[in-house]
Amino acid sequence: MSARLTTHAPAVDRSMAADHRVVARWGWWAVVEHHIHRMRRYLVTLLVTGIGSPVVYLLGLGAGLGVLVDGGSGIEGVPYLTFIAPALVMSTVMLTSSQENTYGVFGGFKWFNTFTAMRLTPISPAQMAVGVQVAALLRVVPVIAFYLAALVLFGIADPLRALALLPVGLLLSVAFGFAVMAWVATQKDDRGQLSFIERFVVVPLTLFSGTYFPLDTLPGYLQPIGWISPLWHAAELGRWAMYGHVLSAARVATHVGFLLLVAAVGAWSSIRTFRRRLDE
Amino acid sequence: MGCRSVARVTEPVITARALTKRYGTLTAVDGIDFEIARGESFGFLGPNGAGKSTTMRMIAATSTRTDGELTVLGLDTNRHGPEIRAQLGIVPQGDLLDEELRVIDNLTVYGRYFGLPRSYVKQRAEELLDFAQLREKRTARVDGLSGGMKRRLTIARGLINNPQIMLLDEPTTGLDPQARHILWDRLFRLKEEGVTLVVTTHFMDEAEQLCDRLVVIDKGRIVAEGSPSSLIRHYSTREVLEVRFGSGRNADAAAHLAGIGDRHEVLPDRVLVYADNGEHALQAVVERGLDPVTSLVRRSSLEDVFLRLTGRSLIE
Repeated sequence: MSARLTTHAPAVDRSMAADHRVVARWGWWAVVEHHIHRMRRYLVTLLVTGIGSPVVYLLGLGAGLGVLVDGGSGIEGVPYLTFIAPALVMSTVMLTSSQENTYGVFGGFKWFNTFTAMRLTPISPAQMAVGVQVAALLRVVPVIAFYLAALVLFGIADPLRALALLPVGLLLSVAFGFAVMAWVATQKDDRGQLSFIERFVVVPLTLFSGTYFPLDTLPGYLQPIGWISPLWHAAELGRWAMYGHVLSAARVATHVGFLLLVAAVGAWSSIRTFRRRLDE
Repeated sequence: MGCRSVARVTEPVITARALTKRYGTLTAVDGIDFEIARGESFGFLGPNGAGKSTTMRMIAATSTRTDGELTVLGLDTNRHGPEIRAQLGIVPQGDLLDEELRVIDNLTVYGRYFGLPRSYVKQRAEELLDFAQLREKRTARVDGLSGGMKRRLTIARGLINNPQIMLLDEPTTGLDPQARHILWDRLFRLKEEGVTLVVTTHFMDEAEQLCDRLVVIDKGRIVAEGSPSSLIRHYSTREVLEVRFGSGRNADAAAHLAGIGDRHEVLPDRVLVYADNGEHALQAVVERGLDPVTSLVRRSSLEDVFLRLTGRSLIE
């Protein structure tokens, strides 16, 4: 220690001052940078699940269930694997975004001190919320990329059309992400309720959003679950983009519009909660 | 104690008028007034729950005031939060470090929140690592650091934006004596560089060491204001005689102390006799036939000031 007691650099460098106007414009990106630093720690896990999950799902469902379904000539005129592939991509996106927005947001307030420390800087609550959402996208992009690679590799999709799933996936991630964030940000204590999102929202939505079978297969009274499910809207768009599932222009606009609406309402509500919670 | 009086009178960098914060029916800060000058080391001294931290949060513009006025660097805290925080270095009570990140990353990540260029933040983080004496811990994860190291890292982090004002909420609470002295040494450096320091503390020695001027705060109100030495002069005597007569006998013995020293104070475990000459007071006590079990003569401290002002001890 004794050798380190003196230091020549001044503790405060008067030649450089912080500019809040720069922060007002770019602060959200600093929030993303922080999350990238955090993600580095579990990069290996991300890679393993990113590569593993599409392979397992496509093999399992295609080689097993697909054979059974295709015996009856597929669904909507395409092989079963083609039918479910866009929806599988979207359900993985939904799961990834929900995880990032559950533990990233709750942890930001309670475990990692991220938001509480950002609060001591010129960063605004809105920039925190947006930053987390962009960081979630950074996690979602490789997940989609691995899936698309598998789809092309297995000959399920044409490369260019597969690529069209990317914007749909990003839109879904933002919409579902903000919706999850809006709720999680209101949670003050972890009493196990955080896992409800996966158990009682993500999984049921996957089952009732026309992922494994067309939505109209369900009895009429269950179909509204799909209509309010961001996953169904994204899956329909994905099918339209990937293999030309027939959708009118009005339907496409409705699906996109619904996802944008969920994103906007979720963002508004999240930011409001962040603002209140961070004003001590 | 070597506390300078404020020689340079410049424009205040922080001004509060009738500053009030209420949480529901609880009034945490009850209409306080103060001014802090540039380059000054200013302290809020008071027990836990006095309203010190709430005041600090309002200065940091992270807590909206309920009433009154508060400006920092000429800006209203309720309307210019980001602008104000860009010029502040905040050391919160709980550190709020990202414990899973490395020491160096905690500095750089935080620096970016002030809109500073990445290359600058990197260079600055290295300098601050030296300032905080954490060079050897550069790539260590924060959760493995000692309390004193974490505190120094938090101070280094608070300096990354070259703040004009440093806010330190209970800077040495929970640290062992050695860690406290290292920290004080760092804060002296800041003082020497002319950084305005605003400190809350419930430690007398800390207030006496660090503060040019302080306010004693109790139940949300300011009960006294001045330099540590002037407060001691004004509210206490030069020396204090502490005598213990054994449990149960203190109050009885105190009844026979009238006329010795300026006044006395009976605590559960001892009696404090305030006198300019403690030895003389002790002699007088013995001459009256009172036979203390132990006795101690010491200089008056802010603890005595607080006891005088509130009738209570600062640390319960």
